[in-house]
Amino acid sequence: MNINWYIVLSALLFTIGATGILVRRSPMVILLCLELMLNAGNLALVAFSREVGNQQGQVFALVVMVIAACEVVVGLGLIVAIFRRKLPLDVDDLRRLHG
Amino acid sequence: MEAVIFFIAAIGAVGGAIGVVAARNPFYSVLALIAHLFSLAVLFLLLTSAFVAAAQVVVYAGAVMVLYVFVVAYVGSAQEAKWDPVPGQRLFAGLLAFFLFVEISAAVLSSGLRALSTHGPDVPAGFGDPAAIGNLLLEKFLVPFEASSVLLLIAAVGAIVLAGRKRQGEALGASK
Repeated sequence: MNINWYIVLSALLFTIGATGILVRRSPMVILLCLELMLNAGNLALVAFSREVGNQQGQVFALVVMVIAACEVVVGLGLIVAIFRRKLPLDVDDLRRLHG
Repeated sequence: MEAVIFFIAAIGAVGGAIGVVAARNPFYSVLALIAHLFSLAVLFLLLTSAFVAAAQVVVYAGAVMVLYVFVVAYVGSAQEAKWDPVPGQRLFAGLLAFFLFVEISAAVLSSGLRALSTHGPDVPAGFGDPAAIGNLLLEKFLVPFEASSVLLLIAAVGAIVLAGRKRQGEALGASK
């Protein structure tokens, strides 16, 4: 398979994730869509690392995984904190900082 | 053979991604994301990066998704309102996504990178296996490796502080 296919697939996954962030309103699903976008980036990194025949891109992908794990941990902590304060779990209702 | 596996995994990945976006219940979104991650691991294997594929399955589909499942079970699956807060939000989101996809694809495919339309160079047998990646992580990328471990520690402590028990006097804070 040509590397092109992987890159186009990664672009498609990235746009699906971006659409999800735009249309969904539950913070949990928005976090999941962020994961989709990060994974699309990972796929592109690994595909490019295969294209040049160099493994450093895979190390980048591993670091992206670490960043994603951190983001999930902090995001889920925020969701639990929101839930415990009995606030609505809806990003359109949580707009007190909205200017 | 490689093409068949690629298309099966690609359909799985795209289907999982659409499932994440489209499922009403967050629990089904999480399950769809797990399917998506497994398909991506197959794609990583096709790209001869065994270690990244293994880390994807063990770390992502194993550990991170368990965290999600716990939080979904704790918070419960509230249904989202069906109306759009901004008129035509879905339509505009779809349009924007379509143009974003066209733009990224055009940018990549019309780039001067000629090696993109090849398989990539022939690589030695140990390409992307744990030993090679481990050597890179512990020699060339030692500082980023340690920095990411510190980042993980900070994130864990931050999550405990955020989601920990309510302190005295902090009981209210509800906006409505």
